[in-house]
Order: sequence, then C-alpha cells, then structure tokens
Amino acid sequence: MYKIIRKIIQAGIQTEPPPAIDNTLRHTPQRLSEEVLKRFRGALAIRHVDAGSCNGCELEIHALNNPYYNLEGLGIQIVASPRHADMLLVTGPVSRHMQVALKRTYAAMPEPKLVVAIGDCGCSGGLFGESYASCGRVSNVIPVDVMVPGCPPAPIDIMQGILTAISGGNQVASSPATHDALNDRG
Amino acid sequence: MRVEDFEIELERLAGAAPVWRAVVKAAEWRRLCQQVHAKGGRLVACWGSDERQQGRGLVVNAALVIRSGLVWLTLTADNDTYPGIADIFPAANRMQRAIGDLLGIHPDPAGDTRPWLRHAAWPEHDYPLRKDFDAHTPHPAASQVYPFVTVEGDGVHEIPVGPVHAGVIEPGHFRFSVLGERILRLEERLGYTHKGVEKLFESLTLEEGARLAGRISGDSTVAYAWAYAMATESATGITPPDRAMWLRALLLERERIANHLGDLGALGNDAGLAFGLAQFSRLKEDWLRSSADLFGHRYLMDCIVPGGVGIDMDERAIVRLLTELDVLAKAVADLRIIYDDHAGLQDRFINAGCVSPELAVRLGLCGLAGRASAQAWDLRAQFPTAPYDQLDVNMATHRNGDVAARVTVRFDETHEALRLCRLILQGLPGGCVLSGLATCPDGAHGVGWVEGWRGEVFIALEAGPDNRIRRLHPHDPSWQNWPLLEHAVLDNIVPDFPLINKSFNLSYSGHDL
Repeated sequence: MYKIIRKIIQAGIQTEPPPAIDNTLRHTPQRLSEEVLKRFRGALAIRHVDAGSCNGCELEIHALNNPYYNLEGLGIQIVASPRHADMLLVTGPVSRHMQVALKRTYAAMPEPKLVVAIGDCGCSGGLFGESYASCGRVSNVIPVDVMVPGCPPAPIDIMQGILTAISGGNQVASSPATHDALNDRG
Repeated sequence: MRVEDFEIELERLAGAAPVWRAVVKAAEWRRLCQQVHAKGGRLVACWGSDERQQGRGLVVNAALVIRSGLVWLTLTADNDTYPGIADIFPAANRMQRAIGDLLGIHPDPAGDTRPWLRHAAWPEHDYPLRKDFDAHTPHPAASQVYPFVTVEGDGVHEIPVGPVHAGVIEPGHFRFSVLGERILRLEERLGYTHKGVEKLFESLTLEEGARLAGRISGDSTVAYAWAYAMATESATGITPPDRAMWLRALLLERERIANHLGDLGALGNDAGLAFGLAQFSRLKEDWLRSSADLFGHRYLMDCIVPGGVGIDMDERAIVRLLTELDVLAKAVADLRIIYDDHAGLQDRFINAGCVSPELAVRLGLCGLAGRASAQAWDLRAQFPTAPYDQLDVNMATHRNGDVAARVTVRFDETHEALRLCRLILQGLPGGCVLSGLATCPDGAHGVGWVEGWRGEVFIALEAGPDNRIRRLHPHDPSWQNWPLLEHAVLDNIVPDFPLINKSFNLSYSGHDL
C-alpha cells in the first residue's frame, strides 16, 4: 500500500485544460435547447459504438480517460448501455454487418440525443468508402451532429468534438427537432 | 522438418523472410500438411484466390511453418472443392469457412458448413473474392439466423453479448451457455467489421496499398505496414537501406511497448486496481506523445513505406529517446513490483482463463498468448530478419497459460523491447532511409512475415500488371487465438470473462477484414 500511495503522490495531478469548442466540426446545427445543454454540460453519459473501425479510434477514445485528458473530471462518463446515454460516439465506416446494430443502438437511446462521428472513416467513409461491405460514413445510417476527422483523431480533438456537441454555438432557436426532443423526454 | 525434406519442387521467394512456394496436387496437399504437423510445424494461414484468368482456376493456399522458414502451398480446387485440412490443423476450420464465404470453394469432407464472415451483406451464392464480383454494388440485406450450438439441461441458460459491447471495444458476438455463474460453453461469432479489405486491395497499386495495410488493425499498424512493405519488396526484388530496417524495428518495438503498457493498465483495472490503469495509461500517453513529436504520428501510421521508411531521426532525437527509455524502464519496474505484490490482483490473475500447453499446441495458439502457454515461437528469435539477426532477441515464455502468465509475458516483453530499442538507437547505421520501388513483374509473388505485438502478421501478395495488386491476403494471429478463448473461459465465472478476454486482447478488424 505504501508503494501505491508513494507512486500516486510522485505522479501528481497531470490533468490538462480542456480544448475550446470548434463550431466548424458541426454537421448539423444545434438542435437542443440551452436548458438541456446546461444539464449535459454537468453530467453527460456517452455510449460508444464501433461500427467497423480498425480499432485506431478506440485507442484514442480509451486515452480520453487517462490522467492527462481526464474526461470524467469534466462530468463526462462513458456508459455501458445506450439506455443510459445522452450521446453516441460512432467510429469506423459503418460496415453492412453493423448497420442494424448501429441503428438499434441509436433507437435504444432516450431523446434528446446527440451523435458524434469519430475519425476519417466515420466522417467520410475514409479509405473504405462505400462498397458491398461498407455503408460509408456514419451519417449515411443515422443522423450526425458533430464530425471529428483524423486518422485517428487525437484525444484532444475527440474531446473538442464532444464539447462542441454540447455547446450552444450555431443554435437554431425553436427548431422542430428541439421541440420533439424535449416532448419525447416528457 | 526442413525444406530439403520436401519431396516436391519448391521455389525460394526473394525477400527478407525465408519463404518457399510450390503449386501442389491434391494428393500432395494433405500429405505435406500431415508431414509438417507430425514434425511439429504450424499452420500460419489458409486462404483462397480466384486465378481463373491465369488459367489456374479457383485455388486454396496454405502457409506452413517448418524449421527452415515458411512454405506457401497452392492447390487448384476441383469442382469447387478441395481436401480440407481442419482435422490436421484445427485453426483451419474458420479459415476454410471464410474461404467458402468469400470464394465459393469448400473443403471435402465439408465439416462445419455454417457461414463465418458472411452475415447479410451479400447473398449465399455470390462470392466477393471472385474477379467477376462487383465490389461497388450493395446487396439488399437479408435477415440471417445463425445456428449457435445450444447447451441443454436443468438450469442452463444463454447470455448473448454483442455485437455492441459494454466497453469501448470492437464489435463481435459472444454466446455464453451458463449454469449459475459458471461458463459451460462460449461460442464466438465474428465478421461484424468485415469491410471488404481484401477486395479493396485489388483496386490499388502497390504504392497505394501501404496506407490500407496500415489500417487493417489500427493497434498493429506498424506490424502490418512492415509486413506489407516486406511483401512488396519481396515481389519486386529490392532490399531497403540498412538504416530503414533498423528504424522499422525501432517503430515495431515502440508499437509493442505502447500496446503492452495499455494492456497492463487495462488488466489491472479489470481486476479492480484502477491505480494500475491510471499509472500505465499515463506512461502510454507520454510514449505516444513522443512518437507524435519525433515521427509525426501517435501510433506511427504510414511511417513504414515500401522501399524503406518515411521518417528519420537526428542525434538529438536519439538522446531524447534514450533518456525516455531509462525513465520508462524504471517506472515499469516499479509498477511490476506493485502488481506482483498485490494479493487481490494476483488472486484474480492466477488460474483465470487457463490454456494448457497441451491444448495450445493442439489448437495452434500463437503469438503472445501462445508464448504464455509454452508455445515458444517468436519470429524475431527464430527467423530473424534484419536488424533482429544482430540483436539476439530473448523470447519470453511461460508454462501456466493463465491470465497471470499473459501478464508476466507482457512485462517480460516490455522489458526486452526496451532493451532492443536501446540497442537499435545505439547501433543505428547511417545512410539513406528509402530506396525507390522498381517495377514489379506481373505475376510476381511476395511474402511479408513480421512478429507484431499480438503475434505473427503474415501478408501474401501476387502482383498484377502495371504495379497493381492482383491478390493480397493479410492474416492476423487472432485467427488462431480466437478459438482458444472459447476454451480458456470454460469453468470460469462470467464476471471473469472481461479480464480473460483482455488478457488475450485479440483483433476483430484484423480478423474480419
């Protein structure tokens, strides 16, 4: 125990400041009201789906919880079920074999919900594009709010995408989607 | 078994890896496989190709390891069937099913006839790897019921898991049959990340293929990029400069260390020691950041290119990396003591997910997991290509075959990889890092064979006209090791599955292609 405590003290706190939001990452205007976003900013639950990636983006999503990025320190948690999630992070070109699973995961999430597509494959289909085996980019299968390019995008860029998705920037006031979303939540 | 013991004519392929190739007849095909197996050889890969345009029909290939190196056998299928080899090498079972899905040729006797990589993306009687298959047209998705093997009896029930898993990992389906918490049977179903990689290669030039090779399995991008480069160099008959080979080894060892650091942290975490994850993930992040600073990419993607490497380093970078090695070696040694001394951690690790050496040899467990079950195979030690032939690699092995053994092998290999990095940095020869790729002869074959962090990555290449790829088969060691996970979890409890699974840490993308 002494060795563990000594190591913790030696390592100290390494957490770095989070990145600024970047509205150029938006794929669609903000659909959620400031009231909802305020709640998301304090406690956001994320579900991740690998829809066919090479596993590169997963490594960087893992890194989000290392002491340098400390995503949980911002009140953002990666959860085990879409039923608990406010946001879906999707990696990979969507393989045709994952198309149904991705749609079902999205459908299982409660409204209001956000989708962030991660990596070049998620944003554009990447090297794999569209083929007999690949549906291409994530927005070909489910609605996408924010896209984070990169192969793979660095953790700080993924974090920026997540924070941008829950920022109020580029908000379209009283859009029908927002009303529906809030009504659905009851 | 040595190459001289073969009674057939073998052609030595050019290139770094010791590889011989032969086109065989049906009678020789099985006999050779049996001989190799009887002498302690292994199956590395089994795959099919459409060679009808070359007048050779639909063919099946096998890559076998013998004492001299690798033997690549090719057999033309007769009336869409060929003699199966899954009774000799059980690992061939899923590979033969994948050949059936992708090429439409089947083993005789048929064995397990369920599809493996084909779910619903293409119809049963269309075959993506046939040259007349249109890769661009999607097929209407058909629903598919996959007949899992069921376990019956009082109190037995099934737990279906996936393809979307609870953690941040790749997709696949696990079907558990359990009695209480005890696992009676696990059946895997993979193929969810199939994205047409092999077909896609056939639309690329040898130069363009390098980027795709680096994205077959993102955690092994260096191993794949090196295997790909080795295959193109073998087909073209060129040798990269010495300095490039040394830098490739430095990159490969950096990839090994990065993955081992990540896994050691995750294994601690899965056994309830969050401290381990925090510490190892911090060390891994430092390591990735220095890769990004010095080589331009955190995971070293696209650093290795056919003909050499696309990066170089100066004296200052070498000094920086040598210092980094010292810091990391000390930190890992400290954490190893904490892991070894932690009773709670060892209690979870020891005897969990056991694969005995007898089972490992019978089913063909390979790579890191194989070495933890006394399967002493490591290309860097046994068939060392430059620069490993000058580095005298110490292979890490263990006999227990449990999670604890796979943790120990990871610690040992991290230690050894740090030593190798130091030797490479101290012995790095001068000169250029890239030689131009000559024109590749139409029909030339090439092989890449590299010991990645997970195990041996193998790439078989046949070049087409105008420096294009006619056929490329990448093979991940996960093919061999996935079936062993089904055995490792037997009689363990369901809550230990994540820990056992993580201790193998197998690739889905590299397997599903």
